[in-house]
Amino acid sequence: MYKTEILVVGGGPAGLAAALAAAEQGAEVTLADRNSDLGGQLVKQTHMFFGSKGQYASERGISIAKILKEKAAATGKIRILTGATVTGYYEDKKVTIEAGDKFFPVEPQRVIFATGAQENTLIFPGCDLPGIYGAGAVQTLMNLHGVKPGNRVAMVGAGNIGVIVSYQLLQAGVEVAAIIEAAPRIGGYYVHAAKVRRLGVPILTSHTVIKAHGNHCLEKITIAELDEKRQVMAGSERDLEVDVLCVSVGLSPLAELLFQAGCRMGYVPELGGFVPFRDDCLETSVAGIYVAGDAAGIGEASAAMVQGRIAGLAAAASLGYGKDTFLEKVTEAGRELTGLHGGPTGEKIRTGLAKLTLLAKEAV
Amino acid sequence: MGKDTIVCRCEDLSLEEINSWIEKGYQTFDEIKRVSRVGMGPCQGKTCRAHILRLLAEASGTPLERMHPATFRPPVKPIRLGTIAGGDRDD
Repeated sequence: MYKTEILVVGGGPAGLAAALAAAEQGAEVTLADRNSDLGGQLVKQTHMFFGSKGQYASERGISIAKILKEKAAATGKIRILTGATVTGYYEDKKVTIEAGDKFFPVEPQRVIFATGAQENTLIFPGCDLPGIYGAGAVQTLMNLHGVKPGNRVAMVGAGNIGVIVSYQLLQAGVEVAAIIEAAPRIGGYYVHAAKVRRLGVPILTSHTVIKAHGNHCLEKITIAELDEKRQVMAGSERDLEVDVLCVSVGLSPLAELLFQAGCRMGYVPELGGFVPFRDDCLETSVAGIYVAGDAAGIGEASAAMVQGRIAGLAAAASLGYGKDTFLEKVTEAGRELTGLHGGPTGEKIRTGLAKLTLLAKEAV
Repeated sequence: MGKDTIVCRCEDLSLEEINSWIEKGYQTFDEIKRVSRVGMGPCQGKTCRAHILRLLAEASGTPLERMHPATFRPPVKPIRLGTIAGGDRDD
């Protein structure tokens, strides 16, 4: 039987930071990721990060992934399993891993779930036509695999992912016909939105896609304007000829393993859907199971890394590692997290966390 | 509208079909799963679950946070029978 002190599920920014923090305190860690390389969504993020220096501001996502991987390797305490999917959590506190043609149980003493998120989809007539992608999927295709997704794109969603991927499409020589946003205002940061506007891409707020047309793949879409109640305004329909539609309408935490582990969960729209109740050290309602990153509630990579560090420190301390430095380190990380969640951009997350706290209290 | 809108791509189920189960009185994702196989394909409901929960919530006038999110059973992704039959090295 494969045994490990701490199993970290997911090798994105949160999981890497968790494994690193736990290993630096002296714990023996296994880090499992289903992809062939660590880094999670960082491996395709060619744009620079904001935030503070502690979370690698002004570095590009791809560089942050490299730095974290090197640090993880240098500890000599982290066993890295790539191409390894954690497929289930069982009543006897074991998990199963599928890696290539191997399928085996693992007995961890602590588990940190840093499983990340999935892209939300839209349903409308023709929504299953080839050529309709999640925006994140298009970013992976272009920036990781070097594949051009098509020639003329419409983007649904003017949040940060929508505007950043639109800009990267333009960089790749793909025409962006329009960015379509159902809300009356742009959700992404001004700097990102201004860049695509300067390049002449229209951002159509209060608009939605109502139909996709095509015989075997996408040929055009019908869009329409929305009124204050988000209902389609009659007569406002028009067609856009595009061969790619990118859907960027938010993310949902990947929570199925947390459900299987019996963690108590609450539905909080501000955090992206079902997220686990947890304490300040990110331990869930099940002792010994921690959560970090998007699985704990949709946020940014910088905050995910700090959450990972807190969960890693706490899981290590609960096994007796680094007890003398735990309080100092976790207090510092907590301060960083509060800073990252501060200001107007953190308002949604702060509201979400407050709601989660309330739900957890009601559930007792 | 409804026939051309595919809600569950894995099992090829349209909005019209899902709505017809809801009209017949099915109230949870798990109930609809048992009659239609929704959520039982390769993605295990990752794509369709949110849409179906919203449709069910709207039909019954229940807030989304009060909806039962469905049961999540291992494995979370399809695994080849040959891989499972191969077993662990300790077996």
